[in-house]
Amino acid sequence: MNKTENILELKNLSLKLGGKTILNGINAVFEAGIIYAIVGPNGAGKSTLASALMGLPDFRNIDGDILFEGKSIKNLAADKRAKLGITLGWQEPARFEGISISDYLMASAKDKKKGNMEYAMNAVGLNPGNYLHRGCDKTLSGGERKRVEIASILVMEPKLTLLDEPDSGIDIEALDKMFEVIQTLKRKGSSIILITHSLEVLKHSQKAFLMCHGGIRDSGSSEKISSYFHDKCMPCDLKYIAEQGIPYDK
Amino acid sequence: MINKKKLRLGGLPARHGALPTSALEELLASINKKPAELHDTHTAHLVVHHNKVLGAHLVPGLKMDVNEMKDGIRAVIKIKDGTIIENPVQICFGMLPEKGIQKILMDVNCGKNSKISIIAHCSFPNALDITHIMDAKINIEEGAEYRYFERHVHGGGGGTKVYPKAKVNLEKGARFATEFELIKGRVGLIDINYETNCGEDSSLEMTARISGYANDIIRINETGHLNGENSRGFLNSRIAVRDSARADIYNKLTASAAGARGHVDCKEIVQDKAAASATPVVEVSHPQARITHEAAIGSVDSKQLQTLMARGLSEKESVALIIRGLLK
Repeated sequence: MNKTENILELKNLSLKLGGKTILNGINAVFEAGIIYAIVGPNGAGKSTLASALMGLPDFRNIDGDILFEGKSIKNLAADKRAKLGITLGWQEPARFEGISISDYLMASAKDKKKGNMEYAMNAVGLNPGNYLHRGCDKTLSGGERKRVEIASILVMEPKLTLLDEPDSGIDIEALDKMFEVIQTLKRKGSSIILITHSLEVLKHSQKAFLMCHGGIRDSGSSEKISSYFHDKCMPCDLKYIAEQGIPYDK
Repeated sequence: MINKKKLRLGGLPARHGALPTSALEELLASINKKPAELHDTHTAHLVVHHNKVLGAHLVPGLKMDVNEMKDGIRAVIKIKDGTIIENPVQICFGMLPEKGIQKILMDVNCGKNSKISIIAHCSFPNALDITHIMDAKINIEEGAEYRYFERHVHGGGGGTKVYPKAKVNLEKGARFATEFELIKGRVGLIDINYETNCGEDSSLEMTARISGYANDIIRINETGHLNGENSRGFLNSRIAVRDSARADIYNKLTASAAGARGHVDCKEIVQDKAAASATPVVEVSHPQARITHEAAIGSVDSKQLQTLMARGLSEKESVALIIRGLLK
């Protein structure tokens, strides 16, 4: 594959936190315009990987390299990476005192027209007239806050969207909206990486990586990884891990 | 010391005098208002420069007796029983000179089932060494509501010292809400001291939103006594300090009656070499009363900061937005 078609490359990416290896020599290539899933059980290192890709403080001291559109972003802070077009949606998004949803979307937006905020809110199934003036704070339910998070990503128009456990805290109806918005992001040119331990979320990806104990153990079509994940990881087949020689904490 | 002239403003039309019109204009301009805005006959106002009343207008049911003193004024404010004052009363206490002292002594009585909201603009835009003292005695009778929003404009040099002090009494079912906000300029020194006694079914809500920098000093000492059954109290402080500013917040709520409920909430964001302390004191002496408190002091919340940075805001822009929200 031509290098310029890759949105993201991870080269022997490792990270230690508190003396413990959390990410262990990850090599992976992500093509532009594809919806990926990184799937794995709790504690596999998925969220750490998302944080390292976003360049969050405490996750910057990596070994190896991260290339975005062919250029190293290893030394860039989160805001610089965001300016390049990378963003992250948190599993449990932050809540802000005194900042309205409108303010939050406006701060995130690439094009700060009011119509864009309304479009994004409608896209996630929240009536802009009822919500834009509300605080982006603890008065929102978990599901509402999560939808606002997705709306804020939609108005940002990123090139690469990392979504950490996108289905967490969301009801079934809203989940459909969430997957619609993921497709919208893709249509608008964003590559997507879904960080998940959910087979349902995995289904909505095109390609997937299986992550286990800080490393990538397999990759391929989402169907293939889904089958493996279902058979070997739910619950975790420690015997298989031992046979494969995968390092893990007993 | 009480001076010469006693102004009885009850029922009198708007009055301008003592200082040139330009002083009135300048004082009002400092709080983003124009003299023409004082011509609304449905809105009461009182404009005081140092110890001179520059303008006043009353509405039915509101009475003010104002005495000019050497260094300020003494105002007795009465709201008649059952009076609902629709438009917020606009008060401006200010001083244009760079130096001086202004004392505001207020004696407020809200009659039964009356309702009033006051926006007090306190403006010292050129202050190099100004002391503003407000000493108020406020009684809110049964079923009455008194809301007092204090908006400060200070000079940029830090030469303002502000001492707002009040003793408040809430009778049965009365409501008292106050907000203190510095909207422009430097704190200098702000030393707030409020004490409120809350009767049966009454409600107290006090909020302060202040941002200090350089060598500003913020002191808040608020006490609420929930003495009446089912009384409510909420003390809320939102403070941000940077450089070498200092904030010390002392919030105390006591509850001694059945059904009394209170909450103390203090958030302080500290940057650079600034320092802050929060002392929430809660005392409960009735088994059916309950008071909770929370205090958070520290740097900007890292998750909030990271979220905004992941949307492309710089660290500085993110911190500014978070602090603006906190103080909003």
